[in-house]
Amino acid sequence: FFKVLLILPAVSVGNVGQLAIDLIISTLNMSKIGYFYTDCLVPMVGNNPYATAEANSTELSINTEVYSLPSRKLVALQLRSIFIKYKSKPFCEKLLSWVRSSNFARVILLSSSHSYHRNDLQLRSTPFRYLLTPSMQKSVQNKIKSLNWEEMEKSPCIPEINDSEFCIRIPGGGITKALYDESCSKEIQMAVLLKFVSEGDNIPDALGLVEYLNEWLQIIKPCSDDPTASTLRWKIPSSWRLLFGSGLPPALF
Amino acid sequence: MAATFFGEVVKAPCRAGTEDEDEEEEGRRETPEDREVRRQLARKREVRLLRRQTKTSLEVSLLEKYPCSKFIIAIGNNAVAFLSSFVTNSGVWEEVGCAKLWNEWCRTTDTIHLSPTEAFCVFYHLKSNPSVFGSCPRKNMQITILTSRHVTEYKTSESTGSLPSPFLKALKTQNFRDPVCCSLLEQPNIVHDLPAAVLSYCQVWKIPAVLYLCYTDVMKLDLITVEAFKPILSSRTFKGLVKNIPQSTEMLKKLMTTNEIQSNIYT
Repeated sequence: FFKVLLILPAVSVGNVGQLAIDLIISTLNMSKIGYFYTDCLVPMVGNNPYATAEANSTELSINTEVYSLPSRKLVALQLRSIFIKYKSKPFCEKLLSWVRSSNFARVILLSSSHSYHRNDLQLRSTPFRYLLTPSMQKSVQNKIKSLNWEEMEKSPCIPEINDSEFCIRIPGGGITKALYDESCSKEIQMAVLLKFVSEGDNIPDALGLVEYLNEWLQIIKPCSDDPTASTLRWKIPSSWRLLFGSGLPPALF
Repeated sequence: MAATFFGEVVKAPCRAGTEDEDEEEEGRRETPEDREVRRQLARKREVRLLRRQTKTSLEVSLLEKYPCSKFIIAIGNNAVAFLSSFVTNSGVWEEVGCAKLWNEWCRTTDTIHLSPTEAFCVFYHLKSNPSVFGSCPRKNMQITILTSRHVTEYKTSESTGSLPSPFLKALKTQNFRDPVCCSLLEQPNIVHDLPAAVLSYCQVWKIPAVLYLCYTDVMKLDLITVEAFKPILSSRTFKGLVKNIPQSTEMLKKLMTTNEIQSNIYT
């Protein structure tokens, strides 16, 4: 994976990171190249979530899979279930160890944070934020500056205490902070892109997050400035049906 | 946090399971005593394989002692009843071991003397046919998993009340080449827990495996649910394993009656 970019989600509020990765894999038609077999996540299986026809719908998918698009030097890791208690830290260690041994050039982590934790300033600004590890800052600082993005602000470590120290907090972000901190200390080039969300129908949030990522990476060509056109450019996976349950019994009415 | 219709703010569970964040932070302040407690808990939760009759531990792994080419797992009371009546009832099966485990959901705290009614798993081996749990190399192993789920877990665009339950669905790994006996489980349906763990392992390590999942609206032992597994009897794995179907049906009826009497609260 020399000189390859790895994109992965954090299992976070609204599952926005994971939905965004689904959109990327589906739109770019990335092919499955392997598994990140681990006992840290709840096991789950199902048939191919990105199936487009009867022929490709019968391939079994598990909870952690790796997809690639060699032409764009892009690899995506998808996580489909939640962490087993006390296993999130071991998972972070295993993941970063894999990132380093595979020689990925850069890592982008897609995540989200509870929107109710925003302060007044954050409420009035864009819901998107970014974070860069020091080694990443050196290489992409100029590009990020040109995009006019907002960096994630520091907030009081202990909100109840008035003169508490300030630090980066990502409530609802799952392992985002842990991965970011570890990457800083291990000098891994990582960028975190997140959106402030509330749980509910998070498809629009996922679309927002991939568009945000697209401003930087240009995964798909940006066309007009029309915001509604964005939904049409990303391919919704076939597995996104029935997100809120089965059909209703007619007798209800 | 979420607001209810009545204006109260309640702590709602996060779909992404991130409420444990505080626990992780506390983990950093863990004392050696906490670590020791956690280590002991982890040991208590280990799955132990025992020789059934003598209850001594098996020194080597079960598959090393009894390498097999067909491994059939039944999870849940209906799947187990099907296997007991139709498969292990035909031919002579010998118990070769059992697995015992404990976790915080068990009602007893004693892990050594689990009674037979506690959750456990028994391994059987067919005496007459060595290829079933017999002496073939592991490379040719094929795994079949049987289980059941409540029909309301099945996602469909119609209402689940209108589905002709019980019905069978299958999921297979990439290396499973035999025909399946029913339609495959369509997206967006997924399977989790033990059947998913087994299938995930088989998919990653390229072992041919198939899961037959019966969606039913009766979760306790039920004749119609068990009989819904019958199409599997014509598959390659089960052909030759099942001898006498009428006898099996009789055996099944007997199992049902024994159970019914036990659960009759009006006597």
